[in-house]
Amino acid sequence: MPHISLPEELPGISSAFAFRPETSKPLRELAHILLYEPNSLSPGERELIATYVSSLNDCTFCQLSHGAAAACHLGGNETVKQVHTDFQQAPISQKLKRLLAIAGQVQRGGKNVTRTAVEAAREQGATDIEIHDTVLIAAAFCMFNRYVDGLATWQPHDEQLYAQMGAHLAREGYLTSSVRPRLDS
Amino acid sequence: MPHINLPEGLQGIRAAMAFRPETAKPLNELAETLLHAPNSLTPGERELIATYVSSQNDCYFCQTIHGAIAAAHLEGDEELVRRVKTDFGNADISAKLKALLAIAGKVQKGGKYVTAADVEAARQQGATDMEIHDTVLIAAAFCMYNRYVDGLDTWQPHDEELYRQRGQKTAKEGYVTMSREYLPQESSV
Repeated sequence: MPHISLPEELPGISSAFAFRPETSKPLRELAHILLYEPNSLSPGERELIATYVSSLNDCTFCQLSHGAAAACHLGGNETVKQVHTDFQQAPISQKLKRLLAIAGQVQRGGKNVTRTAVEAAREQGATDIEIHDTVLIAAAFCMFNRYVDGLATWQPHDEQLYAQMGAHLAREGYLTSSVRPRLDS
Repeated sequence: MPHINLPEGLQGIRAAMAFRPETAKPLNELAETLLHAPNSLTPGERELIATYVSSQNDCYFCQTIHGAIAAAHLEGDEELVRRVKTDFGNADISAKLKALLAIAGKVQKGGKYVTAADVEAARQQGATDMEIHDTVLIAAAFCMYNRYVDGLDTWQPHDEELYRQRGQKTAKEGYVTMSREYLPQESSV
């Protein structure tokens, strides 16, 4: 049961967004810019960074919903699974591997990011804006994950729900709710 | 030196925000709503939560500027701000705020650390659902802002008078207005 009285039937962050629309607006905009809007890193790559950080933070709702969005962008779930278990072996670019390493350092704390890690990403062609966005995506998911788990939101283990949410997020982004009212449940 | 080529002469998060005005907008709006907009917790109380979490995350820029903003809201009481950072259990603040700071400290370690008992303790001191929600989100948001500021290795000069003056101004004007000092005009309206 959630720690506070959140709207029922809405999973994860959707219930917190519905509870407090004033803060949901900038939070949605932030996710939309970082993950969905056109950029030199593809939306699939950026969703993988979000998924990876959420799995390090052990947040079920965020890793499944963003994993589903990443799978939609990438046309399959296999890469997402490999990034979860061992991103070094995943079929992704060297550049993304180096950015994921930076994201992992941010997850442990901002001061853990090393000059060497940044230089390694740059050697694989990462630009300043890509490094910036990697740091901010990782930092933002240290917020989103804590928000979702800190309120003990309802996080059903329902693959179909996450697949449907992922499809919405990949298609439409983050400005509107990805959860359909589930009248059949 | 920052990890990336940030605009010079801007401290902490300001340099990162000036580098990427698109994300600066929602980041400032979030801070404005959580910390500055009217609410049942005073701005001073909410700034103390932000300061405490930033000190737990060892972020010099954030704990100093939000500590200065908190002090400005609290009649310049810098000693109280220091006490909240080091030993809030014995600080001269309400029992409700102490219970909320305990929740914020749990969020800083990770969302799953927050227990039903922590929340019940805050409720017994009169905390509302909205106040508990905002405490969790303030603490979570500062786990982001702190990582953003330190993860880019931004310039964070140790200059208490600078933070004191800016703290007084931010306490009065809020985050969105202050952001016009360092954001290009078209993205700050």
